[in-house]
Amino acid sequence: MRPTRRPTANGMALRGRIAAVVEVRGCVVAACATALSAMPAGAGVSSSSFLHPLGPVAAAQKSLFYDINLLMMIVILPVFVFMPWFAWRYRRTRRDSVYRPEWSFSLPLEFLVWSVPTAVVAALAWLIVAREVPLGPYRPLASDKPPLEVEVVGLDWKWLFVYPEQGIATVGAFAMPTDRPVEFHLTSDSVMQSFFVSGLGSQIYAMAGMVTQLNLLADTPGRTTGRNTQYNGNGFHQQRFVVEAMDDADFAAWVEKVRADGVPLNDENYRSLAAKGTLALARAKLARPGMPADRIYFSGVPGGFFQKIVRKYASGPMPSSLAGPQPVAAGMVAAHEAR
Amino acid sequence: MDRLWFFFFGTLNYDSLPFYSTIATIAAGIVVAGALVTFGLITWYGKWTALWKNWLTSVDHKKIGIMYVVVAFVMMARAVVEASMMRLQQALSFDAPGYLPPEHFAQLFSTHGTIMIFFMAMPFLTGLINYAMPLQIGARDVAFPVLNSISLCLTGGGAALMMVSLVLGKFSTGGWSGYPPYTEMAFSPGVGPDYWIWAVTLSSIGTTFTGINFAVTIYKKRAPGMHLFRMPLFCWTSLCTAILMIFAMPPLTLATLFLALDRQLGFHFFTNDAGGNMMNYANLFWLFGHPEVYILILPAFGVYSEVIANFSSKVLYGYRTLVVATMAIAVLSFTVWLHHFFTMGQSSAVNAAFGIATMTIGIPTGVKVYDWLLTMFRGRVRFSVPMLYALAFLILFVVGGLSGVLLANPAVDYQVHNSLFLVAHFHNMLIPGLLYGMLAGTHYWFPKAFGFRLDELWGRIAFVCWVVGFLLAFMPLYALGLLGMPRRLVEYFDPDYLPYTIVAAVGAGFILAAFASLVVQLVVSIRHRDALRVFVGDPWNGRTLEWSISAPPPEYNFAVIPDVKARDAFHDMKRRGVAYRRPKHYSNIEMPMNSMLGPVVAIAATACVFGIVWHIGWMIVLGFLTVWGAVIARSFVRRTKRIIPASEVRRTEERWLAAVSKAPLIARDYETSPANRGLAEAAGA
Repeated sequence: MRPTRRPTANGMALRGRIAAVVEVRGCVVAACATALSAMPAGAGVSSSSFLHPLGPVAAAQKSLFYDINLLMMIVILPVFVFMPWFAWRYRRTRRDSVYRPEWSFSLPLEFLVWSVPTAVVAALAWLIVAREVPLGPYRPLASDKPPLEVEVVGLDWKWLFVYPEQGIATVGAFAMPTDRPVEFHLTSDSVMQSFFVSGLGSQIYAMAGMVTQLNLLADTPGRTTGRNTQYNGNGFHQQRFVVEAMDDADFAAWVEKVRADGVPLNDENYRSLAAKGTLALARAKLARPGMPADRIYFSGVPGGFFQKIVRKYASGPMPSSLAGPQPVAAGMVAAHEAR
Repeated sequence: MDRLWFFFFGTLNYDSLPFYSTIATIAAGIVVAGALVTFGLITWYGKWTALWKNWLTSVDHKKIGIMYVVVAFVMMARAVVEASMMRLQQALSFDAPGYLPPEHFAQLFSTHGTIMIFFMAMPFLTGLINYAMPLQIGARDVAFPVLNSISLCLTGGGAALMMVSLVLGKFSTGGWSGYPPYTEMAFSPGVGPDYWIWAVTLSSIGTTFTGINFAVTIYKKRAPGMHLFRMPLFCWTSLCTAILMIFAMPPLTLATLFLALDRQLGFHFFTNDAGGNMMNYANLFWLFGHPEVYILILPAFGVYSEVIANFSSKVLYGYRTLVVATMAIAVLSFTVWLHHFFTMGQSSAVNAAFGIATMTIGIPTGVKVYDWLLTMFRGRVRFSVPMLYALAFLILFVVGGLSGVLLANPAVDYQVHNSLFLVAHFHNMLIPGLLYGMLAGTHYWFPKAFGFRLDELWGRIAFVCWVVGFLLAFMPLYALGLLGMPRRLVEYFDPDYLPYTIVAAVGAGFILAAFASLVVQLVVSIRHRDALRVFVGDPWNGRTLEWSISAPPPEYNFAVIPDVKARDAFHDMKRRGVAYRRPKHYSNIEMPMNSMLGPVVAIAATACVFGIVWHIGWMIVLGFLTVWGAVIARSFVRRTKRIIPASEVRRTEERWLAAVSKAPLIARDYETSPANRGLAEAAGA
């Protein structure tokens, strides 16, 4: 099954997908390969990575990626030009070129070779300060709507998405409304994993007994794939999920559907789910006939379910920030503070 | 019965044998057959005594250097094959299981990484430094020759453990960085992580000793007049590497020992529960891991500095700048480790600080690249094999630098962390950066070590294969990373990836061909060694002291310790017409005696850790006691030096000087012709 290639949520088939094109930026050929896709107006976007962003974070990362490439050309292009030029111009077999075997220093050149890289690095540093910091995973995204809370639990080898406000949970698929920020809190009930939806933006580690955060937003309806990128065993390659960004009405309908089809997320069902194995294995134990393929829906998620998983590993008292909805600290909610 | 078995063999049993999979059985068969054939041949030719006396117990830095490089090549053979197997798997595994089961694939990427870093790259660079650095500073040996032998043997022990893991039990699936909690008992109950821990620990302890040895050698053993600022640049990069080894290896040794305590004795350093925290491991590991990157690359920078100056027939441009840049890189390398885990949840401010620190290293590195370019400016560039590697390095390395700067930006890293983009980046640094440098160095110093040049044609064929192979194998990985493909995937489901993985597999084929070409080159060169002989010792019109003596050099290196008057000391001697002078008188030379301490310590230490892996109590105790017993016993040995009498030195030197007087002066145009007996036309640029 290839989720990214299926028809989009609103039923329109994808059209006009253009073959992967290797784009040449400067001389650095393959460093900037990008697959382009064209889509008709109004249709859902199918994204496989941040090169076709579904939201502002991925879009900003994409433009940052190109800007750094351009800026770096200042120091890279001269090497591409001068290396072949010098090597050929001063080849031994050409006898008439100037030969200065003892020449070893020039102050103006010295100034040039230090100052240009320094200036470029200064510019790159400014790019980090000005454009990376706003993209920090912990930073809430500007919006007039309150963020949707989603709690993510990394398991071997699937992700559990808990929607505490809605009282539902899903595995294998994650839906979100467009134009509304999503605030993720992540933990692991197994080894360390890395939660990553390239089409939306950043990845972040999920670690047992600790909570990390991530803020993402989709600004166009569409589908993409998310996955774990930190190797965690034989089912690692199967640890993927579909991400669907949809408008508010579709999202409300989706929530209702999950609620209607879901099995309760009680301790017993969670144990079945958390046991080591792929999504298919868990589905065989838990799925009901109504559920779509490759997914498990849960309803009736008890309050504090996520916190309970975190607390399993923590030996100290829980910080107050985990008791209720978390205040979004600017930045420094270091994961260890959650212990 | 069971208890008796456990007493003698620990947890070893029939299931430890690799019969669970055909491929594993074949691999183990090759290792066993290779070992048997090697042992058989040595026995057949009756070479055990010679091997033991002339090589294994030798404390001569030149022989130890050569043995390091041999270890590197043997281990590279295995790791290159593993790499091709993984590339083939990915080319076959679009929406299909391919030919490798997931667990086997995971073992492959773990052993490939571990071997390439600890048992290919590290021995290779240690070998080159061992060989060339004492010659370049005009010394007769390193500061601690026996310790040098122990370092080599410990590395060899670690490498042997890696090979044993192919035959007995399964290797770790936790990658070369062995992150807990995945590698903890709770999630990896097999012996795999134990193999990894102890192989790496042996190697890291050996490397710490090496670092101390090199640093002290450079500080204390330089010839008179060889001021620090007259040292060849390779010695400077060796010094920086040595300092990095001293400070960067202990965190690794600690991290692996803590992990071993967790696994064997139920400690909780890095476990999920009971107060453990894997974030401490990540910090300790990369506190080693990032300086390690520069341990790997700096010696190659040194080689390139020598090679580019030599094959441009020109003095190195900006010597002081290059020294300052090297030192700056060494110091800064300790300030950037956090960029390996930007995604672990620290604040943007912390990430930004480390991102900027990381890019700062780009400044001295960029300066070096430009200084090398300026070294060619107004020179006379000869396109010999080492120079070809250096030129390919200059172009490809800046591509790696670009991707490095991209990864140093936390916001971009949030996207490409753990992806094939990262894999492409570090291979981009390590193949054109480190490996081309090591191959250039091998080609450059081989005639010095063995007395004959390497075949030029096969060298060029190997070079072309390395470059084509690298480009085909790794440029597609950049694209795949940007398309969102994570590393370590045994199977994938996105059809966009397929063309790139096929191209990468073809590239891996070229790299196999490149490795095979190196083997062919060696065989061809040995066959034609008489035509390639350069006994006089200066085949490349060298500038530094190692070229001022015969090839191969006598055991004592210099009959008379040279008196250094300038940077590029040998070039200076040739210019002043004082090269190849007959010494006024010969004197006795005191050299360290062979010692069996190195092999004994290493065999015992390897047995000890093998016992830990398989819970064989008597082996642990015996190995441990033997290690320390041997070290204590050695301290009672009073005769550790032997004298080479002046008459023998005279005989050796006179034979060489006679060859010098008979050898033709060779202009650089005939450098690669059989006429080259190793005497360079000094004016012949």
